[in-house]
Amino acid sequence: MAYSDKVIDHYENPRNVGKFDEADESIGTGMVGAPACGDVMRLQIQVSDDGIIEDAKFKTYGCGSAIASSSLLTEWVKGKNLDEAASIKNTEIAQELSLPPVKIHCSVLAEDAIKAAVQNYREKQDS
Amino acid sequence: MNAPVTVNIPIYLDYLSTTPVDPRVVAAMTACMSTEGVYGNAASRSHVFGWQAEEAVENARSQVAELINADPREIVWTSGATESDNLAIKGVAHFYHKKGKHIVTSKIEHKAVLDTCRQLEREGYEVTYLDPNEQGLTTPEMVQAALREDTILASVMHANNEIGVVNDIAGIGEICRAAGVLFHVDGAQGVGKIPVDMEQMKVDLLSMSAHKMYGPKGVGALYVRRKPRVRLEAQMHGGGHERGMRSGTLATHQLVGFGEAARIAHEEMATESAQLEALRERFWDAISDIPEVYINGDREQRLPGALNVSFAFVEGESLIMSLRDLAISSGSACTSASLEPSYVLRALGLNDEMAHSSLRFSFGRFTTEAEVDHAVQCVRHAVEKLRELSPLWDMFQDGVDLSTIEWAAH
Repeated sequence: MAYSDKVIDHYENPRNVGKFDEADESIGTGMVGAPACGDVMRLQIQVSDDGIIEDAKFKTYGCGSAIASSSLLTEWVKGKNLDEAASIKNTEIAQELSLPPVKIHCSVLAEDAIKAAVQNYREKQDS
Repeated sequence: MNAPVTVNIPIYLDYLSTTPVDPRVVAAMTACMSTEGVYGNAASRSHVFGWQAEEAVENARSQVAELINADPREIVWTSGATESDNLAIKGVAHFYHKKGKHIVTSKIEHKAVLDTCRQLEREGYEVTYLDPNEQGLTTPEMVQAALREDTILASVMHANNEIGVVNDIAGIGEICRAAGVLFHVDGAQGVGKIPVDMEQMKVDLLSMSAHKMYGPKGVGALYVRRKPRVRLEAQMHGGGHERGMRSGTLATHQLVGFGEAARIAHEEMATESAQLEALRERFWDAISDIPEVYINGDREQRLPGALNVSFAFVEGESLIMSLRDLAISSGSACTSASLEPSYVLRALGLNDEMAHSSLRFSFGRFTTEAEVDHAVQCVRHAVEKLRELSPLWDMFQDGVDLSTIEWAAH
């Protein structure tokens, strides 16, 4: 299967690979997917006191499209507030990376990941 | 000073899926495809063109028969192993249906066998699909236990196409013969690579393919035993070629190519097999120190040039993407738009993530040590890079047992 240039670029040079301390108050962590399905994404956001995402990191087990989707997402969420980040749609990711129909689920997973990270951060603040 | 050894990229390490045609085979085939060549119809009895074609085809038949130590009259030409499997299984089922309607096979057969069995189920036959053991082997004991009064056929592959393990065909043959059950073997991956002897093995039907042994695509054969005689209902009707078992004008150049490929395989098997095993071990020795890397399938009972390896915590499709220098295939069926990992690896009891993390490397006649060494470097680099990216590898390093986590399947 041919991958788009953008998928290959993110796959070859993934942005923001890494891990924040999950216990840190300013960190929201979203882990979605399952090894059985061949995709697991862990997306983490570092949020400032005024609710802006200052930094993001990811690690992904999955195909090239899954890695590219999560890498792209870490670039997009930086500088956004939580509502903006949580409203990123999978279709935007799929379009940006020209994902073929069989790889749309990778972008869905990325959308789920950022939503989960935002939710995790908010739960931490509430508790 | 030695000049650095260069390799041509991409490196072909997918010999189990198909092989390049040997130049000697090409030469033999080309000689059949000119106006001066052997272009007659082997079924034409009235002129020399037909006689020459018949001679070429019969010579090829003898070469294939010799490879498996059979009588040339036991070789039926087909278009390939898929057709041979269909002819053998449907042919026996339809001929012997009054004797019984039960068939025994294994869960990790090639789809040409499995889908044919599914079709027979739709026609009212009953099929038992055996689970292989953890090493991927289907044993004589398993077959014995599955046989019933109404069993007419057992079909078990010689060597598995995904993991390369080799079944005890001789042993299963003994069981079947004693029980009066016909025994079909899908020999596509074994014949031409490891010894097969129809005098010694109690195999009644054996499917073969030319393109797995450096012959052309589009041609194969079915061995049909004469003593004791095996009957088949033809699947292809027409001019009554191949003693009525498979009609259709014989493709002289294809058969001559298959014959030459069989001759070479027979003559060079011992040296080639030792060479391939050395390449396989060279490869494994150089990657086996990577942590959490496992061979799938029996370590000893396997084809000399084949290895299926799971790289835990790394997903197969992304691994292949990283290994652009190598032409290999994934044990994972991800690339075919399905989220299901390989049915073969699942049947071995591998958990899903291990099945998703596996690659098949197969070495062949034209593989060099330099190519293997380059492949090793590529694999080491790719696994390291992807583990750096893998949250599962992180968790494993932190001592988390992944099987205790409740994953949200999607």
